Amino acid sequence: MSHVVSSRKAEALPDRKIALLDATAGVFARHMPAILAAIGLVVLWQFVVWFFAIPTFMAPSPVDVFFAFRDNAGMLWANLLPTVLETILGFVFGNLVAILLAIWFVHSSTAEKAFYPIAVFIKAIPIIALAPILVLIFGNGLAPKIIIAGLICFFPTLVNMVQGLKSASPAMLDLMRVLSASNTEILWKVRLPSSMPFLFAALKIAATSSVMGAIVAEWIGSSFGLGALIIEATYNFRSPLLYATVVVAAALAVVLFFIVSVIEAKMVRWKPAGTH
Amino acid sequence: MQGAVKLKPNVPVPEPAAPAVSVRNLHVRFGDRSNEFTALSDISVDIPEGAFVTMLGPSGCGKSTLLRCIADLVHISEGSISVFGRSPREAREGRDFAFVFQDATLLPWRTVLDNICLPLEVGRRSETGDHADPHALLEMVGLKGREKALPHELSGGMRQRVAIARALITRPRILLMDEPFGALDEITRDRLNEELLRVWQETGTTILFVTHSIPEAAFLGQKVLMLQAHPGRVKEFTKVDLPFPRSLSVRDTVEFIGVTAHLRARLEECL
Repeated sequence: MSHVVSSRKAEALPDRKIALLDATAGVFARHMPAILAAIGLVVLWQFVVWFFAIPTFMAPSPVDVFFAFRDNAGMLWANLLPTVLETILGFVFGNLVAILLAIWFVHSSTAEKAFYPIAVFIKAIPIIALAPILVLIFGNGLAPKIIIAGLICFFPTLVNMVQGLKSASPAMLDLMRVLSASNTEILWKVRLPSSMPFLFAALKIAATSSVMGAIVAEWIGSSFGLGALIIEATYNFRSPLLYATVVVAAALAVVLFFIVSVIEAKMVRWKPAGTH
Repeated sequence: MQGAVKLKPNVPVPEPAAPAVSVRNLHVRFGDRSNEFTALSDISVDIPEGAFVTMLGPSGCGKSTLLRCIADLVHISEGSISVFGRSPREAREGRDFAFVFQDATLLPWRTVLDNICLPLEVGRRSETGDHADPHALLEMVGLKGREKALPHELSGGMRQRVAIARALITRPRILLMDEPFGALDEITRDRLNEELLRVWQETGTTILFVTHSIPEAAFLGQKVLMLQAHPGRVKEFTKVDLPFPRSLSVRDTVEFIGVTAHLRARLEECL
């Protein structure tokens, strides 16, 4: 008996390995043009730096940046963590407030008339000008960074969410009225589900811009985070470290974008029913 | 086949039955005092219980508005409507009627089965305790096996069948239909017309059906309520003297052509 089981396992494992290899090969094959283009650009960059003998402090070569990663791995990691924390908290709070406000706006046109212009005004303030104000109020801790990361997410989500909640067709709302549905039922059964494509469009923007918000906030008198590291590396002419930090920040934004995309693919499987 | 659908053969309908819908001196005006528009003017009509009544008229005559007044979707300016002796609002809350729109209005993220069951999840659930079996309804509208499909995977005609099944789930006493097949191609429309007559005979529901197609009005209706525009008022309420059950071939008979010719002539007078 055990013989049979073990032999089956032995057969199954290579199968799975092959499937995994196939999948990996498939991913590579699909993204081959992008991968080749990226490698090509990095190689070109390396050659330009060599050919024109550009000094490292001005523009480091990819090899220099690679060494910077190796030599400063601990420092990069230690500064990545606070930035991740600020980004995620800012993302969650900024979007949550925007979603709740959008729900309020949709149910009360007075609230929308009163607060929408204020939201537009806050959006109109350059975030880089807002950062010092918040640092003065909240000090040098995590709070001002989270607020700025949140503020940057807030506006696109508010605008999209209001539009999404209003996207339910009048006929759909008539149907719910004929069914004597309450406002809460209409919200949960119709408005929120139909707003999902709009919400995710905004969340994808927010995923990348919240990283930017956190980094910009760290520029203003901060001693930790990727933003602080960028400032420090720039002032000390440690260009390879500066480039490595930028790559880490970009990677963080890409990972967040990817996570939001995966959740969207899981949650929004439907297509709007086209008019026949 | 239709195990859970209430069978109440209603052919032929005994004529002076108690009216399912009774409209008395109904006026509907839209807009404010300076810019008022009269959509319906002094409408009085009785829809007998169990009847299939089609509503015909030129565009802008207010046939949809009348239907929406009965469904408590439009505010009545003057006069009264009673649905089984109750106000439209009470009838709506008591689920006396169901409404089928021109667009199927399915929730695109719900499967066919979940869409059909939507009326059981909202509103006053206590009054919807008695409901039809969704699977039997799906079979009745010819969509057995498509329970798990999403609306975007269905054709326009199939979506409208789902909408009809959803309307029937609460076993409504009246089915209000606002040009339900208006956006479909003619072949699909013909087939659905025939199926709707079968559904009507199997369920015994009263049906009020708005259309702007003369053959559709004549083929489906026991009686045709014709409205004329500016302001919307009743032109005539005629009986269609064609026997039930009707099949599509009835449209090639002399009697049918006589009916449509009469309706067309009266409709011309409205213009």
